[in-house]
Amino acid sequence: MNDTYDIRGSESHIEVHKFRAGAIIGTLLLVLFLQAFLPLYVPKAEILDLPLLITVYFGLSRRNPSTGLLLGMAIGLVQDSLSGPTVPLGLYGIAKTIIGYLASSIGARLDTEHPAARFALTAFFFAAHQGIVNLTRRILLGQPEPWFNLHLLTGALVNAFVAVFLFMLLDRLRKS
Amino acid sequence: MVAIPSRHKSLVLLAGVILLQVLLLAVQIKRDSQGRLIRVWTVGAMSPFQRAGAHGVGSIRGIWNHYFALQNTTRDNEQLRRENDALKLQITQLQSKAAEADRLAGLLNFRKLHMEVPMVGARVIGASAGTATQTIDIDRGERDGIKRNMGVITPDGVVGKVIESYANTAQVLLLTDKDSGVGALLTESRVQSPVGGTGEPLLFMKYVPNDDSVNNGEHVVTSGMDRIFPRDLPVGTIVDIKPGNPFKQIRVRPAANLERLEEVIVLLTLHPLELRTESESAASQQTPAAKPAAQVPTARP
Repeated sequence: MNDTYDIRGSESHIEVHKFRAGAIIGTLLLVLFLQAFLPLYVPKAEILDLPLLITVYFGLSRRNPSTGLLLGMAIGLVQDSLSGPTVPLGLYGIAKTIIGYLASSIGARLDTEHPAARFALTAFFFAAHQGIVNLTRRILLGQPEPWFNLHLLTGALVNAFVAVFLFMLLDRLRKS
Repeated sequence: MVAIPSRHKSLVLLAGVILLQVLLLAVQIKRDSQGRLIRVWTVGAMSPFQRAGAHGVGSIRGIWNHYFALQNTTRDNEQLRRENDALKLQITQLQSKAAEADRLAGLLNFRKLHMEVPMVGARVIGASAGTATQTIDIDRGERDGIKRNMGVITPDGVVGKVIESYANTAQVLLLTDKDSGVGALLTESRVQSPVGGTGEPLLFMKYVPNDDSVNNGEHVVTSGMDRIFPRDLPVGTIVDIKPGNPFKQIRVRPAANLERLEEVIVLLTLHPLELRTESESAASQQTPAAKPAAQVPTARP
């Protein structure tokens, strides 16, 4: 199996990246652990949504919508499971399923390797993710929350900034 | 089966995965007043079909029952008709018994009001066979103390007098018979005159001079002059007055319903007696000392 291949032929030269064996699972477990562990010692880290960044990264890299949405669903459901009884199973699952689908669909059409593109896309996906979560809360849970506030903007920028460096680290897990 | 294009497969998968998770959420979420969300959705989704189904089934059943499944209708109709007839008969019997109870209660009340007057109740068991005479047969006779010329009344008024008495039955000549008569007076003008029958439903007041003032609707009561009936028993009401020569022609509607007699009272005396009014009877019942004195005039044969 090739490590990379053209998804659009010779015109766009957009490659689908493969990762080392267990890289995705290992990364996922590590990120979930950090997501649950970091806020205990660094309360400000609560603003980070590492499972979302992983979803976006693998979605953009794999560029397969089916794989992206299934990966997003799996990450979201695990995050729901770890979020305590106040978060019903499916809340983050739905949001990350859609983000995974969108990321892999966009990744199949655009070159997302440039840091600026990654920053912009991650900020967009963070806002979209929060919008989907809010929509789900409003419709299904009857818990209306504000669509936009400073916290959301800050979160989008911080996560996008972190994503630029995190994605560089994760690029090392690709098969060369 | 329709094949899904490969570029749409991921969309279908996305929709399926989201739908599954929405259902997963709905199973977990519990609304305060309506229970779990999945139940609310399920009921909301199913109820239109249930309503439509129930309406459809009801319509089909109605059409079937009213237009096709009629094989038992004739039998049911006959059975219902028989039941209806039986119920009608039962109602008639009950109405008859109720009316009889009312009449007997009237007789009993009359009897209580005039305890000093010897009397016996009798049931009408027959009527005259021809139109020449107006008579009835009663189920009491000599064994009950009934003799000829004894007065027969109802609580409403005078009926007639006994013309034949047998061992267990008696024959009563009604007031409407052309040979019948009773001493009477008008309650307002106090004009006295016998009232007799003409063979017709109305009675005839015979000897009232044209000069006497008599009004329609005036009540006629017994005068006691015939020595059969006590005074002040209702005889009837004047319904028609015409000038005559030399007496007025006055027609009286009988107080007692002589055409539908079922029970009567026979006054067991041939001697003159006085019927007390209801107020007098009530007063005598309240003063026991007066009771023996009140019984004195009630001569028993």
